[in-house]
This record gives sequence, structure tokens and C-alpha cells, in this order.
Amino acid sequence: MIAIIDYEAGNLTSVQRALTFLGQKSQITGDHTAVLHADRIIFPGVGAAGKAMFNLKSRKLDQALLKAYQDGKPILGICLGTQIIMEWSEENNTPCMGLIKGKVRRFPENVSDMDGRKLKVPHMGWNGIALKREHPLFREIDPSSEFYFVHSYYPAPADPHAVLGETHYGRRFASVLASKNLVAVQFHLEKSGRPGLKILSNFCRWEGQEDVE
Amino acid sequence: MLSKRIIPCLDVRDGKLTKGIRFKGNVDIGDPVEMAVFYYEEGADEIVFYDITASSEKRGIMIETVERVAEKIFIPFSVGGGIRTVEDMRRVLLAGAEKVSINSAAIRDPSLIAKGAEAFGSQAVVLGMDVKRVPPSQEIPTGYEMVIDGGRTNMGMDALAWAKQAESLGAGEICLNSIDADGTQEGYELALNKLIAGNVDIPVIASGGAGKPEHLLEVLNEGLADAALIASITHYGAHTIRGLKSFLHHRGLKVRMTW
Repeated sequence: MIAIIDYEAGNLTSVQRALTFLGQKSQITGDHTAVLHADRIIFPGVGAAGKAMFNLKSRKLDQALLKAYQDGKPILGICLGTQIIMEWSEENNTPCMGLIKGKVRRFPENVSDMDGRKLKVPHMGWNGIALKREHPLFREIDPSSEFYFVHSYYPAPADPHAVLGETHYGRRFASVLASKNLVAVQFHLEKSGRPGLKILSNFCRWEGQEDVE
Repeated sequence: MLSKRIIPCLDVRDGKLTKGIRFKGNVDIGDPVEMAVFYYEEGADEIVFYDITASSEKRGIMIETVERVAEKIFIPFSVGGGIRTVEDMRRVLLAGAEKVSINSAAIRDPSLIAKGAEAFGSQAVVLGMDVKRVPPSQEIPTGYEMVIDGGRTNMGMDALAWAKQAESLGAGEICLNSIDADGTQEGYELALNKLIAGNVDIPVIASGGAGKPEHLLEVLNEGLADAALIASITHYGAHTIRGLKSFLHHRGLKVRMTW
């Protein structure tokens, strides 16, 4: 069973619909024991970091996630989930979970792109990713694939090895993180068409190892 | 760098497509779900559903349609038409839409934009604007006036002033429809798109007037639009989304070419 963590951070049904489409059983749950008993964990979310951390802590979901991470259980973070696993977020000056070392930063206002046009924040729409190494979750993903992003903040890991993929939006930022049994994507793979579904289906078969067979 | 988006628009009434959409040998496809899947597989970056159901009793049909669409396509889609309250927005979003589009209800009560953004985030709230060209006046300095009822009712509001107000209230995006260009297939209203997109910091989707690939190129370049809404240009089989994207790609525009 795949647990989709519910901490009142947006509508989680789209992730579940994508899993159902792939023929995978899942459960949306805010119960930390259910999370501990799941085979795999998806940690999605949209919204503000401060409220998200508060909700996670009050349900002991932060502890369940940490335990699952230490136990080697496959974990997939999406969007806000990818930010909350860092140590600290600029959004509401929030201390976060610290599964990956580093901070979450906001895109600066008044940054222009190469053609001189002002970049809009949030970064919303389709953009590519440059993978820095191979990973089982990105097996059979065409390198020219694009993914759907909606965010104003991005993770900035301290350890460059934690960065699996980068995206360019006025600056390069880490759009895919990977550390042991954890992969976290800043984009919405449940809204990114076939390539997004492929990553999700790779996750459903992944045992948590970083090596590519 | 973000790709420019190509967004087909499907008009739905009582759960059926209003325009007999023909493709694959002139077969009429009346089911919005089937058509959405077709465009999803053809490389649409997003889909807009516009509900023109007149009677409120039949509104529930649209929610069922949205649920069926959400089970089958995995790109963002928005729903507009007949959304008047935060509760209307919630129903559409819970059914699986990524965004809701509000138009005349926001003109009547601008606080609806702020309430929607507060409840669901700005990214979920699209402001639909129907705009008509008028002689510039003190009231309408840009010469672009807000209209409702398909252009029959002038609102005495300047389009640029309204766009800026909506942005400050929390609208996440603007879908900008030119009543003058709509249905002509003679090109988007470039000056209008440039005026609005050049003066707000939220994305603008150009709507109304697409008849050939060059029109998309113009509005996404000179018109400063972030996305182009299309309807007749692909609905009747004259062009495909893949063909339009390939045209834009070969002229140096960044569009999503792999799906």
C-alpha cells in the first residue's frame, strides 16, 4: 500500500487519481501509524511552509516520515513536500524537517530572462530538467521531457550530491533532489502528462536504492 | 525557461460539446471527455472547459464531466462559466480541475477574486476578461472596455485598470478574450494583448481570433502573451496541436515538444 500523506496542504486527490490510473492502490492518510505501516510514502502538498510544518508536527507525521526515511522506505516528495524536507524555509521563516541539509529560498522579484523580459513569480508552467546523473526513477524518461511547475520557493541543498536535476528559471535551481531512499521533485508529476506518470510508475516499483541496474 | 503554452478551449453545454467538433474523417465528437483525452494525447499543455449550461439544475452535470476528465488526463485544466461563489470554485477544484476561471461574477463582486485566492491560492484563480474596442474616453482611457453577456453589455470599466485591480486582489492568471477578434479567425488582437501582458506581472493567455499558425507566433512574440487559447483552428481539423507547436518551435519559440 502507498500512503499519501494528508496534512491539510491542498488537494491530494490528483495524486491519488494518477496512481489509480496506473493501477496502484493508495490511501490518503493523516495517521502517523498508517504512514509507518505503508510500503511506500508520497509526500505531496501545496500551500505555505509555516502552516504545513505546524500540521505535520501536531499529527506526529514529521516523526513518522523521519522514521520511514531512516528505515529505508521509498519516499517521494512533491512540490511543497520537496521544500518541507529541507532544514529551513524562507517562507514564514520556518524550521523544517531537515531530511536533506540546506534551505528553501524564494525566487527574487525583478529578475529578467535572457531576452530581457521580467520573470514572473510564481514560476508557473512547463519547464525542462537537466539530470546530473542516472537514477531508477528517471528510467526511460526522454531528456527533452518537460514538467509542470507552480512555485515561488525552491530548495537549495547544501550538498551538491543531493541535487539530481536542475531547472533554469532566471537562475539554475534544484528541481529534483535524491538522497538514498528519498526522491523529491519540485514539479507536479501528477499534472505533467506521460513523463510524470512514468516517474510515478517507476516509483511504485522502486525499492529505494540509488543504483541504476 | 518556461515554454509558451497552447491551450485548446472546449465549450460545454449540459455535458456535451456545443460545437460539433470534427476530426478523423468528419466524425462528430460530442463527448468533452473523449475530446479532452484526444487533445491531451496530441500535446495540449492545458485544457480550458467553458460551461455554457444555462439552467442551474443541470450544473451538476459539469461536475461529473470534470471528475471523468480528471481520471483520464494528467495535465492542468481549468473550468469557467457559471462560477459565482467560493463554494462553486471548491466543487470544481475538488472534482479535479487545477484552476477555475471567473469572469462576470468577479466584475459584479471583485472580492470573489480575493476570497478564491485566499481559499485555494492564486494559482487556482484565473480571471476571464471579455474586452471590446471603444473610442478612448475619460472613463475608458485605453479604448478597451470590459463587457459581459458575450459583448452585449458594456460595463464602463477600462480593461487595463480592471486587470491591474484583479492582479492586486490575487488573480493568478488572466485569460484575455477580444470580443472583436473572437470567431473571426483573422488573428488575435495584438495591441490589447501587449497592453495587458506588458503591464501586469501575472501570465496572460491570449484568446480570440486564431485562424492560422502565424497568429499564434505573433501573439506569443509581439503580443507578449504567455499562452494561446485555440478553438476552431484545431476543432475542425485544419491544424493539429502537434503541427502548430512544430511551426512555433521551428521559428525559435520555446514550446513543449515531448509528451
